[in-house]
Amino acid sequence: MTKHAESRLLDPSLLGRAAADSFRKLHPRHMARNPVMLVVEAGAVLATLPLVGLGTRGSLSFQLQVVLWLWATVLFANFAEAVAEGRGKAQADALRKTKTDAVARRLVGAGRREEQVPASSLGKGDLVVVETGQLIPGDGTVVEGIASVDESAITGESAPVIREAGGDRSAVTGGTRVLSDRIVVEITSEPGSTFLDRMIRLVEGAERQKTPNEIALDILLAGLTIVFLFATVTLRPFALYSGGDVSPTVLVALLVCLIPTTIGGLLSAIGIAGMDRVLRHNVLAMSGRAVEAAGDVNVLLLDKTGTITLGNRQAAQLLPAPGVSERELAELAQIASLADETPEGRSIVVLAKEEHGLRGRELRDLHARFVPFTARTRMSGLDFEGGRQVRKGAADAVDGFVRGLGGHFPEEVRRDVARVAGEGGTPLVVADGGKVAGTITLKDVVKGGMRERFDRLRAMGIRTVMITGDNPLTAASIAREAGVDDFLAEATPEDKLGLIRKEQAAGNLVAMTGDGTNDAPALAQADVGMAMNTGTQAAKEAGNMVDLDSNPTKLIEVVEIGKQLLMTRGALTTFSISNDVAKYFAILPALFVATYPQLRALNVMKLATPESAILSAVMFNALVIVALIPLALRGVSYRPLGAGRILRRNLLIYGLGGLVAPFAGIKAIDLLLVALKLA
Amino acid sequence: MTALAFLKIAVYFLLVLVVTKPLGLYMRRVFSGERTFLDPVLLPVERALYRLGGVDPKKEQDWRAYASSMLVFSVLGILGVTAIERLQHLLPLNPDRLPAVPPALAWNTAVSFVTNTNWQAYAGEATMSHLTQMAALAVQNFLSAATGIAIAVAVIRGIARTESRTIGSFWVDLTRATLWVLLPLSLLAAVVLTSQGVVQSFSPSAKVTTLDGATQTVPLGPVASQEAIKELGTNGGGFFNANSSHPYENPTPATDLLEMLLIFAIPAGLTYTLGSMTGKTRHGWAVFWAMGLLFLVGAGAAAWAETHGNPIHHAAGVDPSAGNMEGKEVRFGAGDTALFATVTTAASCGAVNGMHDSFTPLGGLVPLVNIQLGEVVFGGVGAGLYGAFVFIVLSVFIAGLMVGRTPEYLGKKIEGGEVKLAMLSVLVLTFCILVGTAAAVTTKAGLSSLSNAGPHGLSQALYAFTSAAGNNGSALAGLNANTDFYNVLLACAMFFGRFLMIVPILAMAGALAAKKKLADSAGTFPVDGPIFTLLLAGVIVVVGALTYFPVLSLGPVVEQLLMAAGRTF
Repeated sequence: MTKHAESRLLDPSLLGRAAADSFRKLHPRHMARNPVMLVVEAGAVLATLPLVGLGTRGSLSFQLQVVLWLWATVLFANFAEAVAEGRGKAQADALRKTKTDAVARRLVGAGRREEQVPASSLGKGDLVVVETGQLIPGDGTVVEGIASVDESAITGESAPVIREAGGDRSAVTGGTRVLSDRIVVEITSEPGSTFLDRMIRLVEGAERQKTPNEIALDILLAGLTIVFLFATVTLRPFALYSGGDVSPTVLVALLVCLIPTTIGGLLSAIGIAGMDRVLRHNVLAMSGRAVEAAGDVNVLLLDKTGTITLGNRQAAQLLPAPGVSERELAELAQIASLADETPEGRSIVVLAKEEHGLRGRELRDLHARFVPFTARTRMSGLDFEGGRQVRKGAADAVDGFVRGLGGHFPEEVRRDVARVAGEGGTPLVVADGGKVAGTITLKDVVKGGMRERFDRLRAMGIRTVMITGDNPLTAASIAREAGVDDFLAEATPEDKLGLIRKEQAAGNLVAMTGDGTNDAPALAQADVGMAMNTGTQAAKEAGNMVDLDSNPTKLIEVVEIGKQLLMTRGALTTFSISNDVAKYFAILPALFVATYPQLRALNVMKLATPESAILSAVMFNALVIVALIPLALRGVSYRPLGAGRILRRNLLIYGLGGLVAPFAGIKAIDLLLVALKLA
Repeated sequence: MTALAFLKIAVYFLLVLVVTKPLGLYMRRVFSGERTFLDPVLLPVERALYRLGGVDPKKEQDWRAYASSMLVFSVLGILGVTAIERLQHLLPLNPDRLPAVPPALAWNTAVSFVTNTNWQAYAGEATMSHLTQMAALAVQNFLSAATGIAIAVAVIRGIARTESRTIGSFWVDLTRATLWVLLPLSLLAAVVLTSQGVVQSFSPSAKVTTLDGATQTVPLGPVASQEAIKELGTNGGGFFNANSSHPYENPTPATDLLEMLLIFAIPAGLTYTLGSMTGKTRHGWAVFWAMGLLFLVGAGAAAWAETHGNPIHHAAGVDPSAGNMEGKEVRFGAGDTALFATVTTAASCGAVNGMHDSFTPLGGLVPLVNIQLGEVVFGGVGAGLYGAFVFIVLSVFIAGLMVGRTPEYLGKKIEGGEVKLAMLSVLVLTFCILVGTAAAVTTKAGLSSLSNAGPHGLSQALYAFTSAAGNNGSALAGLNANTDFYNVLLACAMFFGRFLMIVPILAMAGALAAKKKLADSAGTFPVDGPIFTLLLAGVIVVVGALTYFPVLSLGPVVEQLLMAAGRTF
């Protein structure tokens, strides 16, 4: 799947296919999934029967037109669904191309003899070898070796990624290509249920099941349909009593106008389009239910590192020891970090250059040897040829180092160290032999724009909780700087799980991201668990979404898409129901004006004739489905406001708008029909 | 004239507003088992009743047990009332030797009183013995009202509770509603009514000689005590056939106002109980105002129509200044009667102080629409609140999605199950009203009872089925309802309209009680404030009333238009 977030809403090439599909979907078996449209189809059949020789009443042209528009209503609804599915189908076709019948090199027996088997015959636990240029035959975990892998077939990202045995970057996906080196992969999926297979089924909508909210909405719509069925069916006896009559065609027309066809016709398109929007953000939601749940989330657990802060700490400040100038400290700090290729080390060099104008120097020119960081010494630095040793490292390590050389650790530096740690920074102490030169402050750098995003989330009623392994002081300081609502410090995976359970018990719905195997229980427990594609197989299976870009902040977008999906559903339901008022005023006077001419007073739209009134209402009802397809696919415009303001805004647009729009629309169609002499 | 009528509506509504909070708070205390000032007197009585009935007041019920208890209690009530009616000729206290009530009428009347409808297809004094009136019908006035309150309280508990299996004990709620709420309030009201001239006497009918020298029998009886529960329990079955238009039931404009206040008191108070017991008083008020808004619009329209009168009468020389006075009492006038009609139909009471059949079509449309809305404009005691609960659930479901979350009501997710039950209760009402009316106007048995032809005849049949299914009990009296056809069909409409509504509603309450409560946040759908009030009122109108627009347009609507054009039926 390629990134085509910018692709046009209605691709002309897809429309033809969708048009054909809308006829195919007329099959009752398909229509049965949608009770409202099934009733419309049944009505259309009923209205067609008199035309094919069962005797007609009234003007043939009128009946013919009503019947045509009834069928059009069904077709338009099918078309909406087909268009929504179309994009997914196109993507599925593209994915299928990558799923060639590759040959896998399976290792068998204790001697690990290699044999060639078709990729489709691989099962769980098989070991396969993949080398440069070959496709990985199935989902699995790297158990041996390291390789760069091109995952663009799945993620659309062309830059290769590193996959290696052990750790959290061991998962590989079937259909991706090894660019260099050799790995041994243990297959973790059964044939036919690989990630790629699942993805194809997902984008195609083959596995699309109605979400709980869709089912509930279906029940409401079916209920309303039955209510209106009572209202129209009983109208015949009432008409007969009143000394008039209404033809079945007209009753069907009234029924179709009254039942909620707008939302009934667009409901599945809205759902498919919502999934599709998530997909275009390169997030794979395992079910529509997960997207729906994302809209409901009100607590977001975000890992600090990589999500809220840039991955690494950076040097922010130099605090010289008594008797040392800041420039001297800067120079020593730079020397100690010259050969240190860690991001922290490089940031110290950058700080020395930017704040003190110190240019980088070559180790060779200094005649020094690099002493790398080890877990034992917890220091790094340079040994000069003359025996001079410059070190930087954790305060207690440097303390031991200077004492060993006969020096002492000044109280002032100790206080600086305590203060920096208290403010959430990481203090590194620099020593030149036995002399302590001062403290370097490393700080987490909060990503740009995070505070604004958290403010937006807060306005939407979503609380963000930062998860970090830092001590509480550090965590509090970063939390304050980033503007999150709460934090969990010194968090272990168990703490994370505990926090999710606690929030859920308090009635909150929790979303989180994770990538490690130890995140899996928490991902499974969370209402929305988004696993990073770079993460382990266990994490990906535990969550209900996978972010192919492995960008944890994307959770925020997914939440917004979920909300937008639900809002679109609600807005069109409200619109559809409020439409009825105008349709009553169009059709009722038309039905009975022959019996009671006084009912003309209800013809507030001053529609030309009874025929034109009924036809206009039926046409409006059908055309509004087409008119709203773009809205259903795109979703209603979404702004991060409080629920009260959103409700007021949407009620005004879709509630009040739904009351007023059909009056104008029906009148316009009526004028047109009269002008064209169609009624 | 119209302005004065509007002023009276305003004064009346202000009084309702004043009693809502204290009464609502009191009911919360009663049903939460908190202390009330009546405890010293009533607790011993309550304990004795439980001992007598073998009820353990501490044992709560899940919704199924609650609904079963309610059904068993009601069915026994129907059987009991029917038995007394059928055997009254053998039983004591039958001085006029009235024969047994015919089967269809007996069944109709029993259902009518047990369902709090008080539809009366008979003339009381000529059909029912004193024993039937007192031991069967009057008792049900209390018990059916208490049942309604109990259901409403159970529903409130369902909303308020979290992960709870039970929603209270029907027997306790029933007992407490009777002892703590209905008895003391009707006692108080009866005393006030007596002070205003309502008769309260055990003397036999007085024989008096009129100024013309003719002898007239003036029936007396314990009127005031029955009058109070008639209004307070939104029952509506009067002591006299003329109901609240009779001067012994409702002598002055002051008693008229008091009676109307009694009708709305408990239904309005329960909205506050809802807010108070769920800890969201603002939500309670939002529901109150949605009902209030619909009431004020209806009352305004009815008052306007009745005070403007009938142009045909005016053309014939009737003084237009008094409005449409046909079928109205001079001491109340057109405005007051229109208000009374709005109140009594909004609240599923059915007491009348004038002839609804003589209203202008528009004036008569308001009562009809009130009932068709599902009796949720304050509604019957308890019934109004639990009926409104259905619309609240639907409103929350339809519009709740628009804030970008799956719908929730006071922290409870509204899911497929709840929607199904809510739609079921909407369907029951629609079915009973529309299919019943259709049956009436297409069958000979149905048509023969209509006293008018044309649209007014349709209105009569429609009103009868609407009133029965909505458990209102008022009628466009031109319809001869005492036929087997209407007795049986209307009784079915009353029965289904009550119990097929209550059972799904209790199931919803049970489902909500079992749910987790979600935390409130800025993203939560707001169920308080003016937006929700308007939304709820809108959904009640669009979902509740629009269904009936086609049949209404063939009945009262066209009738009004025809009247304007100079034709009546």
